[in-house]
Amino acid sequence: MSETIPTVAGMPAERAPGCPFSPPPELSRLAEESPIVRSVFTDGHEGYLVTGYALAREVLADNRRFSSRQELMHHPTIDFREQFGDEIPPGLAGDLTALDEPEHGRLRRMLTGRFTVRRMRMLTERIEEVTAVHLDLMAEQGPPVDLVTAFAQPIPTMLICELLGVPYDERDMFRGHVENVFGGDASMEERMASFSALGEYNAALVAAKRANPTDDLLSDLTDSEMTPEEHGGIATLLLAAGLDTTASMLALGVLALLERPEQAAIMRDDPEAVPGAVEELMRYLSIASPIPRVTLEEVELGGQVIPAGTTLMVAVNVANRDDARFADPGALDLRRHAAGHLAFGHGVHQCLGQQLARVEMRVAFPALLRRFPDLRLAGEAVTRASDASIHGLTSMPVAWGE
Amino acid sequence: MRVTVDRDRCAGSGMCALTAPEVFEQDGEGLGTAPDPSSWAEHAEAAAEAAGLCPVGAITVSTGH
Repeated sequence: MSETIPTVAGMPAERAPGCPFSPPPELSRLAEESPIVRSVFTDGHEGYLVTGYALAREVLADNRRFSSRQELMHHPTIDFREQFGDEIPPGLAGDLTALDEPEHGRLRRMLTGRFTVRRMRMLTERIEEVTAVHLDLMAEQGPPVDLVTAFAQPIPTMLICELLGVPYDERDMFRGHVENVFGGDASMEERMASFSALGEYNAALVAAKRANPTDDLLSDLTDSEMTPEEHGGIATLLLAAGLDTTASMLALGVLALLERPEQAAIMRDDPEAVPGAVEELMRYLSIASPIPRVTLEEVELGGQVIPAGTTLMVAVNVANRDDARFADPGALDLRRHAAGHLAFGHGVHQCLGQQLARVEMRVAFPALLRRFPDLRLAGEAVTRASDASIHGLTSMPVAWGE
Repeated sequence: MRVTVDRDRCAGSGMCALTAPEVFEQDGEGLGTAPDPSSWAEHAEAAAEAAGLCPVGAITVSTGH
């Protein structure tokens, strides 16, 4: 017998106006009621939302019972079966996020050596240079400046381009496509078109690298056991993930700090506190949309007996605000020990690029606040649409000086 | 005291090398190792935290004699 839990339709995604940092209020309310909630998806599927920290961690850790294969999943708010019938296509070649073991591990192991803590720390000096260049450009341009396009986007973009070997001068093209895919403002047709365009761009790029290798990660993968299709798919995944997520964290993170001068002072003035401060911003902002999993067998989870083939949406944003795990979870406290947050996910799929993201944030946040100690919001920060895959800002005017 | 990393489970996230760099490092494939037993006892607390944070539960810290 399953315990009685709340039931909701789809996946609450609407954030409260003026609260860009908080998860959707309905989701937070459900999380307070129960760590697992029944959800009737748009296509009629009876799925679940996982809202509690302990259950979220349990599901993400158990890739034997909880699969990542998208062809087995239902979407909480889009009826893909209307479009595809019962044959939902699997993830594209190279899309690690949609694979289970052993296929996932086979590809991931070709990449993990490239994203180690040590290798990413070796990029610190280059990240400092790239950050300094963009801070100089901001100073030259003079206030007001859009922090998203002047700082939050270009720094991670330039770094991922250098690391992968993607031409930086083509950034406006692929940035636009990534914005369409993740941003939430584009129509489904535009999203699909941009997704295809990104795939074609990276297939061509990877073909060129395979023919004439250069000194970069994408060229190095030519020597691995990847097929050309997997190679191209991985290029798309790494490029899109590297561009968009850190950019969102930088923009939203600065906005959060500007609203809390005492927290900004910690990031600006206490170098020892910076690594922990970045973890707390990750926890507090939790920019990723809920992570889907599908049961491969009947499971018992949080007092519920869940049949095989059921989709669960793991809402890491509310899980990271579970007061059973983090005291006073709604407060941004850069001095708290936030390690263990689920903002990079958990389990075998945990973010591959997390050590790069950490180094970028550890450099960029304090550098900005030191260069412009009186940085302030100079207008309205505009948030992405509520159904964006990655929560973030589309613009954020800032000023400094007189 | 003994610290082991199950290399078959390891997903190369780097959480161990990040959390307890005195005990753990990542090899050329990005997989976690705890190569220096002389560091284990002094940094037992950090090693235990790393074991708890490991996304795939690949780390075992045993305190037996």
